[in-house]
Order: sequence, then structure tokens, then C-alpha cells
Amino acid sequence: MARRAGAPEVNAGSMADIAFLLLIFFLVTTTIETDAGLDRMLPPIEPPDTDVVIKQKNIFQVNINKNGQLLADEELTDLKQLRAKAIAFLDNGGDGTCTYCKGKRNSDSSDNPSKAIISLKNDRETKYGTYITVQNELVGAYNDLRNREAQRLFGSDFTDMEAEYLNPETAQSIKDDLKDKVKRIQELFPQKLSEAETSTSN
Amino acid sequence: MSKFSKKKSGELPPVSTASLPDIVFMLLFFFMTVTVMKDSSLKVQNVLPNANEIKKLEKKDRVIYIYVGTPTQEYQKVFGTEPKIQLNDKFANPTDVGDYILAERAKKSQELQNVLTTALKVDKDANMGLISDIKQELRKVNALKVNYTTYEGDAFRNIQ
Repeated sequence: MARRAGAPEVNAGSMADIAFLLLIFFLVTTTIETDAGLDRMLPPIEPPDTDVVIKQKNIFQVNINKNGQLLADEELTDLKQLRAKAIAFLDNGGDGTCTYCKGKRNSDSSDNPSKAIISLKNDRETKYGTYITVQNELVGAYNDLRNREAQRLFGSDFTDMEAEYLNPETAQSIKDDLKDKVKRIQELFPQKLSEAETSTSN
Repeated sequence: MSKFSKKKSGELPPVSTASLPDIVFMLLFFFMTVTVMKDSSLKVQNVLPNANEIKKLEKKDRVIYIYVGTPTQEYQKVFGTEPKIQLNDKFANPTDVGDYILAERAKKSQELQNVLTTALKVDKDANMGLISDIKQELRKVNALKVNYTTYEGDAFRNIQ
């Protein structure tokens, strides 16, 4: 029976095709990515008012030259050994005030993790990739030590705890609890990584 | 009456595809909402280094991006092959970084202005000299929180 009145129906069969087209466009252009990287704090530009005297033995000097070679504590060091050396330095506990340190208690190395400073110096010609590798190893050294203490005190890794604390989806009550724990671990091994200004090679 | 008796037949009805557009639309809207259009196109080569001790950069509204790398092929004739800084959509000198940070900071809302992070997206073959200049500029404008954006991976791959 033919219809007599009313406008003819619009064919909606191609709607799916149009929607598919759009869908594929957005599928292709979407990048669901969260950037990640190494967080660092730069030192403020104005020098501190009081001149602090730091004993030479509490400074772990890391120098990178323009060829990517590494001088750690006045010794030519392979990049792969840097982490172990940094851990040994931070964990030394030379004056015996550090109760949780497991280092050698060498009196020529750092007194206490809270006094130990790692100083990083690089050449203007150093490759950025090398610099990041060194930064990564130094941060890794701190994280290894912090994980060790977090495992001992709270039975979980520090990096996991921190990641959960920083995650915006974590509930507030858990965050408050984690905040104290994270802070406590951070105080045990405070990250004192100073970045000196760069040198020119000639 | 014959109208009703006619329709009876034993064959299987075809699967209705009437809801297909709805399903597709649902997906479409999902992707439309999560899509973030890039606000600046990259004019520099940007192969980030690898690192494994990384932290996620949450909350994109609190991040200011600085790109560094050698200009891409089409810009090399004009800008050379030395690593350059890209701010927003144009190449810049290290001295422009401070102004750029201040301008970007002013755009953000009041409560975010003190918690901004500067994400440095630097090509792994760039020289540290340029980075040091940027860091010096950042210190001048008191933008001390930086994030060296990297890919996740073995850090020793950088030095090969």
C-alpha cells in the first residue's frame, strides 16, 4: 500500500557510515598520553644569607666531561658503577649518628645521609642524553635507599607509596596517611642534589 | 484479518542493526571528549632520552612546555642545524624563556601560579650548554620546579 500523506522518510542507513568515519578520525588523532620524567628543583638564584661551611668529605662530586666520561669523587667511573658508588657514599654514616645506615662507616666519606650532598657538574658540550642518564642513576640511588627503608618500616616500596600519594585519584584519607610516611622516608634520605653551573672546556 | 495471519513464518529474523549507529556514536563521543588537540606543532626534532626512575606528570593544566632540539628538515635552511628552543609555535633564544614563562604563568589562574611545573622536552642529542642557559633563565623568574620529560626505558640506551 502506498503512503499518501507526509514527507518521505529520510534514509538513515548511512548514518552509521558517517559516524564510523568520524570515529576513525578521532581514533587516529587521539593520543592518550601522560608525560613522565625526572622531577627536579632548581636552586633559587639568590645565594643563601648565611655562608654554610660544608666539609669536603660530605660532598660527592660528579663531573661529566664533553665526551660523556664521568669523574665521580675524583675517580674515572663507568656510568654503570655510579649508582653503587652513590649509594655507598649516602649510606656511609661516618660519624655513627645514623642508626639505619648499613654502609661501611668510613670516616673519610659522608657523616650522615642528612649531610651528604651530591654535586653534579657538567660541561657545556655534554650530551643531554648522558646528563639524563647520570641524573637517572643518582635519583635511582636515592630511590633504592628510600625503598630499603620503606620496606623495613612500612613493608612497601617508597616509589609505590609516592606514586600513589601523587595520584589525583587516590582518596583523601589514604593520602593523609601516606603523606606522613612519605615525609618520614624523605627525611631519612633527603635528596640533596646540587647542580653547579656548567663549565666551558677551555 | 488476513493481515495478521500472513506474517507467520518459521525463518529466523535478521539481527537488527538499528542500534549500531548508537553504539558507534557512543564510541565517537568518548573519543571526542578525550581527544586533546595539539596546540603547537613541533618544529624541532624531539627524541626524548630514556629513564626509569620517572614520575608521572599529572594535571596538564599546571605544566608549561619548552621544546629543544635541532630544527626539522624544512626549517633547517633558515635556522641551521644547531639545537634550538621552541616556545609555543616559534623558535626562540634562551633570553626569551624568562618572558615566556612569565606570560604563561599570567595566563593561569591565581591558585595555580605557584604550583606550576616547567616540562623540558629536550632532544637527547642537544648540548647541555643550551639547557644550562634555560635553567639559568628559569631560576631568574623563580620557576624552580622542572621536569625533564623522558620516555620510560633503560637509561643506558641514551649513551649508545
